[in-house]
Amino acid sequence: MSQVAGALHDGWIVTKRNLIKIKRVPDLLIFSTIQPIMFVLLFAYVFGGAIKVPGVNYKEYLMAGIFTQTVAFGSSLTAIGLADDLTKGIVDRFRSLPMSRAAVLIGRTTSDLLNNLLVVVVMGLCGLLVGWRIHTGILGALAGFGVLFLFGYAMSWIAAVIGLAARSVEVAQSAGFIWLFPMTFLSNAFIPTDTLPSWLQPVADWNPISSIVLGLRDLWGNAPEGLARGSGFPAQHPVLLAALWSVAIVAVFMPLAIAKYRRVSTR
Amino acid sequence: MADAIVAEGLVKTYGSIRALDHLDLKVSEGTVLGLLGPNGAGKTTCVRILATLLRPDAGRVSVAGIDVLAHPQRVRQVIGLSGQYAAVDDNLTGYENLEMIGRLYQLGKATARRRAHELLERFELADAAKRTVKTYSGGMRRRLDLAAALITSPPVIFLDEPTTGLDPRSRLGMWDVINERVRSGSTLLLTTQYLEEADQLADEIVVIDHGRAIARGTANELKRQVAGERLEITVALDSEFEAVRAAVEKVCGEVPDADHLTRRVGAPAGSGTRTLLDVARLLDAAGIEPLDIGIRRATLDDVFLTLTGQAAEEDETKASGSATGSRQRTGRGKTGRDETEGVR
Ligand SMILES: Nc1ncnc2c1ncn2[C@@H]1O[C@H](COP(=O)(O)OP(=O)(O)OP(=O)(O)O)[C@@H](O)[C@H]1O
Ligand SMILES: [Mg+2]
Repeated sequence: MSQVAGALHDGWIVTKRNLIKIKRVPDLLIFSTIQPIMFVLLFAYVFGGAIKVPGVNYKEYLMAGIFTQTVAFGSSLTAIGLADDLTKGIVDRFRSLPMSRAAVLIGRTTSDLLNNLLVVVVMGLCGLLVGWRIHTGILGALAGFGVLFLFGYAMSWIAAVIGLAARSVEVAQSAGFIWLFPMTFLSNAFIPTDTLPSWLQPVADWNPISSIVLGLRDLWGNAPEGLARGSGFPAQHPVLLAALWSVAIVAVFMPLAIAKYRRVSTR
Repeated sequence: MADAIVAEGLVKTYGSIRALDHLDLKVSEGTVLGLLGPNGAGKTTCVRILATLLRPDAGRVSVAGIDVLAHPQRVRQVIGLSGQYAAVDDNLTGYENLEMIGRLYQLGKATARRRAHELLERFELADAAKRTVKTYSGGMRRRLDLAAALITSPPVIFLDEPTTGLDPRSRLGMWDVINERVRSGSTLLLTTQYLEEADQLADEIVVIDHGRAIARGTANELKRQVAGERLEITVALDSEFEAVRAAVEKVCGEVPDADHLTRRVGAPAGSGTRTLLDVARLLDAAGIEPLDIGIRRATLDDVFLTLTGQAAEEDETKASGSATGSRQRTGRGKTGRDETEGVR
């Protein structure tokens, strides 16, 4: 069996194990769904009145941002799950078995992707209720969700490195979460970047989150003519950049996480 | 016979603590090595290195003829490990745990299922097979963890305190299973706090302390080496005490320990039962009938306490000579866990 086939075979076994946990202890899934719904409602009805984005209905503008934020935050599940397995000694068991060294990570990131999928479906319904629509037909819709999930999956690999480095579940939880606040808010997710101080604008424009969000808006027809898009290359090629960012993140963090997994030992 | 497990000059340090200090081990194929030692001696560290979970700072390790440091993945195919703390998944059922582990050992679906059922049966967990492990008692988890280690009938097995937390019946059951595995050819390294267990299961015992081997041999060799055999006699009457003392001194050739209060006399029995018979004859001739007379063999407890006690004394002598010799002593003997353990 080649290494890749072995990783997929073992990875799928670990994925199934993780899915059983989601089924038996759905609490985490339920709470990870409630949070984005809260965000949709808060931004649509509380902040929405105060934030004016010229040229677009704010609820239409908002959803791409909240979707992106949700999958980004959802990645912290990966950090929590891995730290949990580490502290409970399960990883020791896995590491003593003749299984692929990538399998635990592939299993974790895959089950978290499926978890994210469920959350996004619920959120999408919630968005439709508050008035968000996709204007580009089925292909545009699917392309958008493809970009979204690819990004979510990539973020999981960053979280995997954090989870393997954390010394406890609590640390993994905050460390997996905290850096996402500046990352998501310093972007075009909730506000046009031209409202930022000028020295911050390029940072926000080049933020991967901005590319994903703008890409989604383009793919879903939520970015009408005349909407402020930021400036430069990211404003012109958001979808391309979104895909590149995701691929680059996986290319860097997947090997890092696997190398870390090989060396990690239970504390 | 070939050596199934070889460790040479293992060193592992954690900061200023030397968990292993040039430890050598050899286990012949098809035999059982018992690793004994007080809390914090380095037993778990040693097992983790042998089972590919930890890299030593120095030393050579091979398992089933495979270099552990160079080819860990190949070693993993031939070992079964049950660590000190049960590593089973709370959210899976007992059956699901075993089936998953079988599959990850690269067994086919059907084989993994069959083995899972067989082992659940063997470890008396069949009734609980469909319950999540969360609902298991400590002993049940422990048994499931052991079952997981044996799912492929591996040629080399590492068990770190396999029967800690088991009730006496389960412990006996475990010994049966272990003996079965060894009879069918597996090599076993086990650590234990129960000296009786080492006595029962191990062909050879290595006592370690501070990461060094301080004694090795069969259980009997160790007992002889440390305490040998003692003759002990208790008499009913004060008036007989002096005569017994004299008889023992005459036969054993040295001044016996004599406790007037309990009317007990004891001395090393140089020639074993011969000594006993000689003294008995003298007493019989003098018309003395003792309350109790016999040869007492040292138990492994004696061995353990004597050896680790000696090591501790030597340490203190060394430490008193140096300003930095303040290594923390931790719980000794059978009870009292090392403070550094427990929370993880
Ligand atoms: N991860 C670690 N970090 C720091 N010190 C450690 C670590 N693991 C073990 N030690 C130290 O190494 C020494 C040996 O530990 P080890 O767990 O091997 O002992 P043990 O013989 O298994 O003890 P016990 O009978 O309590 O299980 C101890 O002093 C312990 O505190
Ligand atoms: Mg231990």
